[in-house]
Amino acid sequence: MAQTGTAQQTRPRKTMYLGDPLAEPPPPELLAVLDPLRGRDDALVTVLQRIQGLYGYLPARSVRYAARELGVPLARMFGVATFYNQFRFTPPGRIRLQVCCGTACHVRGAPAILQRLKDTLGIPADQTTPDGMFTLQTVFCVGGCSLAPVVLSNGQAHGRMTAVGAEWLVRDLRAAEEGKP
Amino acid sequence: MTASIRVGTSTCGLAAGAEETVRALQAAAAQLDLPAEIKRTGCLGACHREPLVEISTNGTSVLYGPMGPAHARELLAGHFGLPGAERPSEEWVVSRAADRRDYPYFAPQVKVTTVNCGVIDPLSLDDYLAAGGYEGLRRALALAPEAVIAAVQQSKLRGRGGAGYPTGVKWEICRNQPDPLKYLVCNADEGDPGAFMDRTVIEGDPHRVLEGMVIAAWAIGARRGYVYVRAEYPLAVKHLEAAIAQAREAGYLGTDILGAGLDFDIIVKEGAGAFVCGEETALMHSIEGKRGAPRMRPPYPAESGLWGHPTNINNVETYASVPSIMTGGAAWFAGLGTAQSGGTKTFALTGAVRLTGLVEVPIGMTLREVIFGIGGGIREDGTFKAVQIGGPSGGCLPAALLETPVDYEPLRATGAIMGSGGMVVVDEETCMVDFTRYFLSFTQSESCGKCVPCRIGTRKMLGILTRLTRGEGRPDDLERLERVADTVRTTSLCGLGTTAPNPVLTTLKYFRDEYTAHIHERRCPAGACAALR
Ligand SMILES: Cc1cc2nc3c(=O)[nH]c(=O)nc-3n(C[C@H](O)[C@H](O)[C@H](O)COP(=O)(O)O)c2cc1C
Ligand code: FES
Repeated sequence: MAQTGTAQQTRPRKTMYLGDPLAEPPPPELLAVLDPLRGRDDALVTVLQRIQGLYGYLPARSVRYAARELGVPLARMFGVATFYNQFRFTPPGRIRLQVCCGTACHVRGAPAILQRLKDTLGIPADQTTPDGMFTLQTVFCVGGCSLAPVVLSNGQAHGRMTAVGAEWLVRDLRAAEEGKP
Repeated sequence: MTASIRVGTSTCGLAAGAEETVRALQAAAAQLDLPAEIKRTGCLGACHREPLVEISTNGTSVLYGPMGPAHARELLAGHFGLPGAERPSEEWVVSRAADRRDYPYFAPQVKVTTVNCGVIDPLSLDDYLAAGGYEGLRRALALAPEAVIAAVQQSKLRGRGGAGYPTGVKWEICRNQPDPLKYLVCNADEGDPGAFMDRTVIEGDPHRVLEGMVIAAWAIGARRGYVYVRAEYPLAVKHLEAAIAQAREAGYLGTDILGAGLDFDIIVKEGAGAFVCGEETALMHSIEGKRGAPRMRPPYPAESGLWGHPTNINNVETYASVPSIMTGGAAWFAGLGTAQSGGTKTFALTGAVRLTGLVEVPIGMTLREVIFGIGGGIREDGTFKAVQIGGPSGGCLPAALLETPVDYEPLRATGAIMGSGGMVVVDEETCMVDFTRYFLSFTQSESCGKCVPCRIGTRKMLGILTRLTRGEGRPDDLERLERVADTVRTTSLCGLGTTAPNPVLTTLKYFRDEYTAHIHERRCPAGACAALR
């Protein structure tokens, strides 16, 4: 349901490509994440968080590697991964814009900000612009409610936001990003 | 003369630009050659004046805000009376008194769990110790565990996570389990979207939470503890991890704590974004690395929790109250509150109120005192319409109920709940039907889907509410809404479902005329529903 304030979960598509058969050993960076967590019965969520920390999302192939290395059924791995809102299955853009849609932000105008960002970027929530620069997301409260409404850019909080301010923020961020070598 | 300058750099401060202010102050102090030490602290609670800057010299201190980076030099030059500089504008001054009582926002508050927030450097164990930290633990370890539990019972401390279960009783049940392996869990999931009490305490005073947990571990006989922090709080995780490392180093965690023969250690677990994980059985599944779906209770966690072992689970604020009970005494703590509930409660006061922020008040203060006395009433001279307490599990109360005391039973009698501390005030511009639709869109998307009444019922309620806000309401919709709400309330598996209808039921009870206007007149009295304009 595409309503403002409704968290849209990114679920893997039914026909998700899981990569080639896992003939090779996992890449070293993935092994470095998996090794310390081997045999820990409480580590599944943490494993997925670290993989996402590594790649910015959960590449299906890495999840398969993790399942094999840790001896966990793949179904359980994906069962956990799809349960939580935090996990993504597609690569994020370089700048992650998160509009807080928590109660405090909602009553102070978050829906208008979200709408303006959708219009400005030309994408719905949970999508990435074609140039790979912006990913637009909604979150339910980042704990800055007293400065509502709040928008985050790559984790940095901007309080007392307005629709116009959000548009400027996008412009500034884009200029800064394009200015990078 | 060395001055100490403190800037609140919690999540709220940073959102207001506190980091820029810190950098500007550092540059200005260097330029003006002032021997000032600039400290980063947690949140004082007066978020509406952030970024907040406190300058202390020789026992006097002045709190300024909001202080943007542009005025840093002017502020320092003026405050220290450098030649040619003007005194800082009175408009910037929040408070000059050491106890802050000259600022009406602070005057009625009683700070217990947040007493150090915004005052000490949260990353400094020395600061915490200088403020009397770990003294409560020392006293607890000098007592038998049973005596600690008795003190907590006498203090009338009740769970701050929302339900208000007596903490001492919970501890006793857990202690009395024969299983020698017991766990301790701190619930820092803070799922209510519009609340930040737990974040403030952890970011601003992490050692207090750890101290409360170690005392609980002593009382219960637990060996291992977890703090489950929600994914959206990276700064809280950072401060907690730092505090745990310091506490291990200093012997407040680990083996043979303070020579009392207590072995206890704490692990931080980051949540992954699921509201239902605040529910205790779901939270434990999540710690175990599973999907965070709740299960039937009983057995309660105190009997069978993590990996089937007895587990005591409390909210952040509950643990944070414990050190003060040990140092201040159970009778003092009980005396702060009401006959049935001791101590203080923090609330995240937000929305259409003039002065937003985190407030801590004695339990039993009325809603009016909190919203009008502390919060200064409605911003831009608007009219109070409702206060939403307890988030998606709570309810909306009208002006007629403003004399209700903030306490578990009186609030429950209104149909709302005490909740974990979210208090969102709304004015005439908010449509209660649309506001209710908002909450249902939240619970509907956060329902884990395990039980049918919650999975289907929240969707049904959301469907009806959406229809109403689009001007497509039917005459029998309210009756249908009430029926579904009642079914979901009575038959859902966990607290998410049983409380999800609360926003619907309270608004139907107190704001029914808005619903009927939507249905029969195709009119939105607040002028908020776009389809009805
Ligand atoms: C849907 C749901 C969400 C909850 N979220 C939280 C939460 O975010 N924080 C919290 O402390 N308790 C939350 N609780 C309450 C916990 O289940 C549990 O009662 C509490 O952590 C016990 O601690 P206390 O006795 O110190 O309050 C939630 C309960 C439900 C049903
Ligand atoms: S509701 Fe937006 S930060 Fe809390």
